[in-house]
Amino acid sequence: MIKKRIGSQTIKFPNPPSIIGTSSIVGPKEGDGPLKDYFDIILEDDTWAQESFEKAEAKIQEEAIKLAISNANISMNDLQYLVSGDLLNQIISSSYTARQITLPYFGLYGACSTMTESLSIGSMIVEGGFADKVVCATSSHFSSAERQFRFPLEYGSQRSFASQWTVTGAGATILSATGEGPYITYITPGKIKDFGITDTNNMGGAMAPAAIDTISQHFKDTGYNPDDYDLIITGDLGLVGKRIVLDLMRKEGYDLSQNYTDCGIKIFDGVEQDTHAGGSGCACSAVVFNGYIYKEMLKGNLNRVLLISTGALHSPISTLQGESIPGIAHAVTIDNLKD
Amino acid sequence: MDKMNNKEYQKYAEQKIPKPTYFKNIINAFLVGGTICLIGQIIRNILFRFELGEESVASATAIILVFIGSFLTGIGVYDTIGKIGGAGAAIPITGFANSIVAPAMEYKREGLIFGVAAKMFTIAGPVLVYGIGSSVVVGILYLMFTAGR
Amino acid sequence: MEYLIAFVVGGLICVIGQILLDTTKLTPGHILVIFLVIGVALGAIGIYEPLAKFAEAGATVPILGFGHTLSKGAIEGAKSKGLLGAFLGGLEASAGAVAAAILFGYIMAILSYPKTKK
Repeated sequence: MIKKRIGSQTIKFPNPPSIIGTSSIVGPKEGDGPLKDYFDIILEDDTWAQESFEKAEAKIQEEAIKLAISNANISMNDLQYLVSGDLLNQIISSSYTARQITLPYFGLYGACSTMTESLSIGSMIVEGGFADKVVCATSSHFSSAERQFRFPLEYGSQRSFASQWTVTGAGATILSATGEGPYITYITPGKIKDFGITDTNNMGGAMAPAAIDTISQHFKDTGYNPDDYDLIITGDLGLVGKRIVLDLMRKEGYDLSQNYTDCGIKIFDGVEQDTHAGGSGCACSAVVFNGYIYKEMLKGNLNRVLLISTGALHSPISTLQGESIPGIAHAVTIDNLKD
Repeated sequence: MDKMNNKEYQKYAEQKIPKPTYFKNIINAFLVGGTICLIGQIIRNILFRFELGEESVASATAIILVFIGSFLTGIGVYDTIGKIGGAGAAIPITGFANSIVAPAMEYKREGLIFGVAAKMFTIAGPVLVYGIGSSVVVGILYLMFTAGR
Repeated sequence: MEYLIAFVVGGLICVIGQILLDTTKLTPGHILVIFLVIGVALGAIGIYEPLAKFAEAGATVPILGFGHTLSKGAIEGAKSKGLLGAFLGGLEASAGAVAAAILFGYIMAILSYPKTKK
């Protein structure tokens, strides 16, 4: 019965959905970083004249979706589903965005793995013939995440060197059954991996095992090697997680040293911008993918990319109760060719 | 990956974390904490000129320092002092003020009662609970040990 | 001279806190509570009073001094009013700082908005 699955975890799309438009909106700090030229909108004011950071985040996501629609030269009526999620409790940013967007809505919680989770589900909907076009989106905001997961903004605390900086921004991708590419050719949804890390300052360390598991499973299922990709990029493992992935993947027999990096490392200049281990948050892989990766693929500088957004699925309550951090990673292959 | 057990991985991941800049942090904590105490001493000496008693001076000094800490938090400066000074900014009473004002400001949009007033003590609440609680215990213990005499 | 002593003693107390912060998983909130309780204990066994006399603000400005004030107040309350005093004394002695923190905290919260860290 199952025709499109290969190996134990991967789906190969016979008719790969095409990406026909994307958008990326970021806050001022991200707009100061090394990828500033790739983003569609850089906000000068990260509240975007809203009265709370939560409202600002919802507005950023809403505008990102509208911008992706106009970048794809289609209208809202051409879309059938909105697949989105974010970091806040009960994914309020996405639901309040969906309130403004008149589309049937699937709300996801995958923490910072939401971008590839929504792309995976969106691709399955489109390729399965359940829709012609869907929009996949996610957002995060430094200040709304900080108050939910860490300390008040004006509290004078020092951040550990393993800690990461939540990216303010949103990214949206329009997937279509027809189009000129780039295409989503494979997806490898990941399993939860939890090696008992309880330190919420060390997300990279907590999520790295999930990334390693998903990446090696992807290679096993597809038969590809790291060399078959122009870029292998994880979502927000940061410097600590990247070191672990490089090291342990080598022990698994895969050498990633040539073409592997992490969105959290790309988006900020760690030294200049004092972001310690790098960026994080749903928007981290979302804006790097919808901004940098997509535009480089259109230019032909990148042709096949493996994007692995990584998520830490803990909550402030589980942390207080001393529970460890469950990590997840979903891999998506984006290819300029249909394979 | 599967060959590693949880303990081994935790130890391994711990090694990959960059170590804090111990020496720099300690020097900064010393300078920032020392400076705040020095400012406290200046306030104390000025107050003594008004011929107040020791206890009034101590209370007034604390109130003024709390005001300074609150004010610097409100104008968005104390988080920077805290970032540089670490414990040097947290341990003086100005840090206690910061721990009250920061959440109070943060939760303004959630309303004046269940926002500002309720969240004010998210960090300072435990301090008061343990401080006041243990002081009562000390008072009772004192009575017990001196009752026989 | 008293300025130098206040600076050095206050600085050193903060250094102990910084070492705890950097070498353990304790947060600043934990450190505040621990230091306060230590202050209460040191005050109760009479060690802190000589230090406060010697270093003045260097010993009273750190949260340890707040603990010392609490236990000193409780003991003095117990001396003068017995059991009732044990309950009243600590809070009475430290009331200024607590009331100030509540009032100023509220006012600052009304007047200002938090800003995203740079």
